[in-house]
Amino acid sequence: MIQKEAERIFETRELNVNMGPQHPATHGVLRLVLDIDGETIVKVTPYVGYLHRGIEKLGENLSYFQALPLTDRMDYVSAMSNNIGYCVAVEKLFGIDPPMRAKFIRTIVGEMSRIANHLLWLATHALDIGAMTVFLYCFREREWILDLFEMICGARLTVTYPRVGGVRNDVPQAFLDSLWKFTEEFPSRILEYETLIDQNRIWLQRTVGIGVISAEEAVNWGMTGPTLRGSGVPYDVRKHMPYDAYDQVEFDVPIGTAGDTYDRYRCRMLEMRQSNSIIRQCIEKLPPGPVMADDPKFVLPPKDKMLPITQPTDMAYFIIEKACKGCGMCLRACPAKAISGEKKKAHKIDQSQCLQCSTCFTTCKFKALTVVPGGKGLSDEKLAELAVAPDKLPDDIKEAQQNLTRQFDFIKKGPKVPEGEIYVATEVPKGELGFYFVSDGSGKPYRMRVRAPSFVHAGCLPRLCVGHLVADVIAAIGTIDIVLGECDR
Amino acid sequence: MNAANIIDPATLEGLAAFGINVLIIIVKIAVVLAVGLLHVAYATYFERKVIGHMQVRLGPMRVGPHGLLQPFADGLKLFFKEDIIPAQADKAMFYLAPVIFMASAMVNLSVIPYSENFVIADINVGLLFIFAIAGIGVYGIFLAGWASNSKYAFIGGLRSSAQVLSYEIAMGLSLVGVMILAGSFNLSDIVRAQQQSVFGMYVIPQFVAFIVFTISAVAETNRTPFDLPEAESELVAGYFTEYSGFRFALFFLGEYIAMFIIASISAVCFLGGWTLPWYVLKILPFLEYVPGIVWYLIKVYAFIFFYYWIRATVPRYRYDQLMKIGWKILIPIALANIVVTGFVKLIL
Repeated sequence: MIQKEAERIFETRELNVNMGPQHPATHGVLRLVLDIDGETIVKVTPYVGYLHRGIEKLGENLSYFQALPLTDRMDYVSAMSNNIGYCVAVEKLFGIDPPMRAKFIRTIVGEMSRIANHLLWLATHALDIGAMTVFLYCFREREWILDLFEMICGARLTVTYPRVGGVRNDVPQAFLDSLWKFTEEFPSRILEYETLIDQNRIWLQRTVGIGVISAEEAVNWGMTGPTLRGSGVPYDVRKHMPYDAYDQVEFDVPIGTAGDTYDRYRCRMLEMRQSNSIIRQCIEKLPPGPVMADDPKFVLPPKDKMLPITQPTDMAYFIIEKACKGCGMCLRACPAKAISGEKKKAHKIDQSQCLQCSTCFTTCKFKALTVVPGGKGLSDEKLAELAVAPDKLPDDIKEAQQNLTRQFDFIKKGPKVPEGEIYVATEVPKGELGFYFVSDGSGKPYRMRVRAPSFVHAGCLPRLCVGHLVADVIAAIGTIDIVLGECDR
Repeated sequence: MNAANIIDPATLEGLAAFGINVLIIIVKIAVVLAVGLLHVAYATYFERKVIGHMQVRLGPMRVGPHGLLQPFADGLKLFFKEDIIPAQADKAMFYLAPVIFMASAMVNLSVIPYSENFVIADINVGLLFIFAIAGIGVYGIFLAGWASNSKYAFIGGLRSSAQVLSYEIAMGLSLVGVMILAGSFNLSDIVRAQQQSVFGMYVIPQFVAFIVFTISAVAETNRTPFDLPEAESELVAGYFTEYSGFRFALFFLGEYIAMFIIASISAVCFLGGWTLPWYVLKILPFLEYVPGIVWYLIKVYAFIFFYYWIRATVPRYRYDQLMKIGWKILIPIALANIVVTGFVKLIL
């Protein structure tokens, strides 16, 4: 009776706390609504979508080549892996195979990206749990990797280095040397992080037995990557459905046993060592050869085989007066409005305004438009003397002009793609990244869908947190390793 | 007219002595306050530099040579920042909380013996006074958390009150051994008792108490690995989440002064304050000519450096683990230490 009375007067309520979207530990813009009873979590509701940019929808309005830079912006922590995932999927859809050297280079940069991602994960995970120094140690090495990325493609974060059919350019020797030095140094650096936390009593108390999930449950929740392997399921896309050069290198898939935060941490630490060894093997085995597939139906032409790029100042476009029927096609097509002339009369190009884009060259149906190599700056009379009919031009110039047209066509409209649908998965640092394309035969996907591991893992948060304390939510957010750019897309 | 005609000479003399005394105390207070505040400014600089170098970076480098003027730049910035008060906050309490916190920390500066003859208030219950005032400081924390009307600040305030209260017990008990040995609450007397003892410093006979004290001192001042009240990854900034500008600076000042106080207690009660052990002086007799305040400051700063070192090394405990350590490990050990010390004292 008295107790009831007391309960009536002192009513206890659960505290409803809104964690995020602006919060130091929610790794971006994740928002969790926590119901807490004292310090114990009763209910967790994750809200996502604050970083939604409609990348999947944007992909439907861009040709397959144009959509590539969007994938950088999904998981910006490991942009390289996302690029590779996209390229592998599109290559499978096209039915093309990149050359061996490109495959090895992609494996190298993919594993570098894995190390960079795990370093950032370890840094933030440790910082969330309070180990501040690990954070700065990790960033020291991540910086080295980003510098190496800069060496091969000029960008550090959003690289867009891999291409459909290979990679953008071959790697310089200086890059390989520096990377080799990194792989020699890196294992000792991992030990350095581990001295700070691996056997630290506080770290163990904060991670062992926190966020436990059994193997069966982890599979049912759709977990992938190290988050799944921590529970003891040895599923790794690189092993089970090898892409790039993963079938040519030896590596182990580290797995945990308990499925708690500590095991997932151990998995990622071991994975960094495996990645390091994969990079070393790839550098040793790196075969010579081209880095882009040679398939005119699906692959962009190499940049050095396109005229305006290689000899931009050297040439001039010219209309051969006798052949010109005055149809006005080139006049309408010219983006710089450099062509003038009346209908049914020979047209003229104003050389001072010409952009040398070759649009008129490919538009002309009457073999009237031609290119004069070395004709830049010459007078029209001189050009008329030098001009040769387009079908009589040297082979390399003809090829270059064709390449230019192909480049233009592929980028704007896309290649002719076989109809059908395809799902291709790759192992990005966070788990299984899948690209699903529905192709209607045009150069743009009818539907592009991304299976983002972060999205799936964010959904598991309530399962990992309920029953634990507020501080464990932070450990749980860290252990599933999510990036909201990828989660929200 | 002569003043002596109105008041008799004895009273006049007494008044003059009183006036001089008051003047001396005021000068002492001014010196301690000025040095104390300057200390806080440079304690932050020291911390940033130490942790910076531990974390393979440089720390402040831009403002002045090696960033030496950084603390002033920070202070100036905080002073000119907008003072934001949440609309739903309890205004009176919100104003009051940082003042209570800061004042209670500063009052403690008065009983600490900096050297042989330099202590503002040489009172007989010095040690108890410090604990009593530190207890008042908890009100500042709790009121700040409550008045902000923010859930994060509220949880931070609750955590902090619970933590500071339970670790105050462990800390108080750990010092009982020292009191038994010295037979006094007066901090200057404790130092003199150490000077005359065989060991020279109480850290040797009371090393168990020293360890308990050091651990609870870290918790008492809310520093890593016990910095739960302001665990930034969970509670943003804990009880002062909603504070900005100069009110925030008051909390900041209070915290660093509290750190200085705790380090001072440690130096005074365990490390012999301004004195050196007799055996050190026997080996190196010329050290006797070094002023006592130097030894005192070296001891205090060594302790503060230890704080920083811990902060750069370890992760953070969870709330329940922290309470477990306090109640299940530290307090029983401290109690056992009192019993053992008492017995030994009886037998000798």
